[in-house]
Amino acid sequence: MQETPMIVQALVAPLSVAGISAVLGALISITDKIVNNYGDLVLDINSGKKKIDIKGGAPLLQTLAESGIFVPSACGGRGSCGACKVKVITDIGPHLPTETPYLEPDEIEQNVRLSCQIKCKEDLELEIPESLFNVRQYAGVIERITDVTHDIKEVYVKLPDGEETSFVCGQYGQLEVPPYDKVKTPTQRAYSMSSAPSDKNHLEFLVRLVPGGIVTTYVHEHLKEGQKVNVIGPFGEFGVKETGATMICVAGGSGMAPFKSIFNHMIETGEIETREIWYFFGARTKKDMFYLDWLYELDGKYDKFHFVPALSEPQEDDEWTGPTGLITEVLDGYLKEKIGRSQPLEGYLCGSPGMLDACMAVMRKNDMTEDRIYFDKFA
Amino acid sequence: MSPAISPFALFFASIFTSNILLANFLGMCSFVSISKDMTSSNGLGLAVVVVLTVTTGVNWAVLQLLEALGLVYLRFIVFIIVIAAVVQMLEMIIDRVSQTLYMNLGIFLPLITVNCAILGVSLFMEIRSYSFIQSIVFGFGSGLGWWLAIMALSAIRKKVDKAPVPAGLKGAGITMITIGFMAMAFIGFSGMLQVQ
Repeated sequence: MQETPMIVQALVAPLSVAGISAVLGALISITDKIVNNYGDLVLDINSGKKKIDIKGGAPLLQTLAESGIFVPSACGGRGSCGACKVKVITDIGPHLPTETPYLEPDEIEQNVRLSCQIKCKEDLELEIPESLFNVRQYAGVIERITDVTHDIKEVYVKLPDGEETSFVCGQYGQLEVPPYDKVKTPTQRAYSMSSAPSDKNHLEFLVRLVPGGIVTTYVHEHLKEGQKVNVIGPFGEFGVKETGATMICVAGGSGMAPFKSIFNHMIETGEIETREIWYFFGARTKKDMFYLDWLYELDGKYDKFHFVPALSEPQEDDEWTGPTGLITEVLDGYLKEKIGRSQPLEGYLCGSPGMLDACMAVMRKNDMTEDRIYFDKFA
Repeated sequence: MSPAISPFALFFASIFTSNILLANFLGMCSFVSISKDMTSSNGLGLAVVVVLTVTTGVNWAVLQLLEALGLVYLRFIVFIIVIAAVVQMLEMIIDRVSQTLYMNLGIFLPLITVNCAILGVSLFMEIRSYSFIQSIVFGFGSGLGWWLAIMALSAIRKKVDKAPVPAGLKGAGITMITIGFMAMAFIGFSGMLQVQ
């Protein structure tokens, strides 16, 4: 009997295991092709307003994105942010355990689902806010990155030639950064637009460095001028109400962004001359303050625009002569003593959850009603 | 040569006298952690029954192939790959066939891939050289036995939760003692059938 060569003996085991794995892999893909094939389906959005033909089998979020409808999603479909809620009218069975943690009891009752967790298996009837039809994905190019403070950058994105965006001041866009270092997938985060809507071919964002933040770290350490980035938007309900009421605006850090957009827009429309606006901006020290010259200029130029910056921990060399203390304390003082009540008051807040809650409490204490306080909370 | 045991005897033996959990102590990690909640225990138990029956059958066929090729020494790694692949396909099929079943059972399937009871049953099948019918029955019976054991344990844990347990024994400690008592109780069945 002939001896089997050593090399063959050594190769038999790995080759057999590889062969068996290959066969099983093929079987899995065949099963996937057969079992996950739901054929051509129709999505009926907002009772017949929009009908799209789709291929079944993929998650609803992904299917909608492929058809050009971008439901907001901060985590990119991993089921960890709970943003991609969509109302599904068709009965597609009970909510999955992966959805329930992100849904309120009344949302479950109204058949709101997480679109990244449910698969398109049949024709579906959906309800999606009309504003989302406006949402598009833009292949933008970074035109300029400017440091406005030691930890906030102004990112100015140029949209492709011929493409225009229409958004309302206060809305936000999702900036997508490519995989880098240990981050293996593209990551999206939401930032408010700080450019005015009249600048139709550009979008500007203020990005503050969050230690450990995936997108903020990328923007601060890797993003270069001329680089391509995807921006999806616009999203969000935050914005100025056309009531003529006195606006009490409060912001901290990169919460400046929507207000920069709002004030620039109001200058263009002339509303800044007719509407009473108080803008409170809080920072820790002078080096966290920005856009001071521009805002003081507005304050001097327009009678009804009042800018109140406050430092909570002014340093000796800051030479700060303005108000000091937490922005909530400053706000409280102004609401009690300086702000007239001839017009009703409306609150507009943008900042961290902690700051927002504290401001809300101060506003309520000063007889402002909750339904007239609008906010944009950073999650 | 397969042993001369009637499938009927093997079925009952695998549930009671050689219960995969209480006689062989396989599949302990999910047994201890999931038994906190009765609904989940039920779903997991059902999933174990399905997966055990299917994978033991498939692994029996794979074993015949390995024997023909003289590669039986690869059985550990091959069984594991087969189990993982079968569970993947089962999950897809269940998702397609029934949403309710998927809700109750599907979410546990990935968890079961790494359950050692599944690999254990396939290996017992190989060591004891069961025939195809015997393997299927043994797999099905072992699954039912596992299901029975986890349901019994979660029922007992529900009672124990309300009992005054010494602080140091709360949680895993008292659960392990409970499992010990349950195993002793199952020894009572041992004279009834002899299959090993």
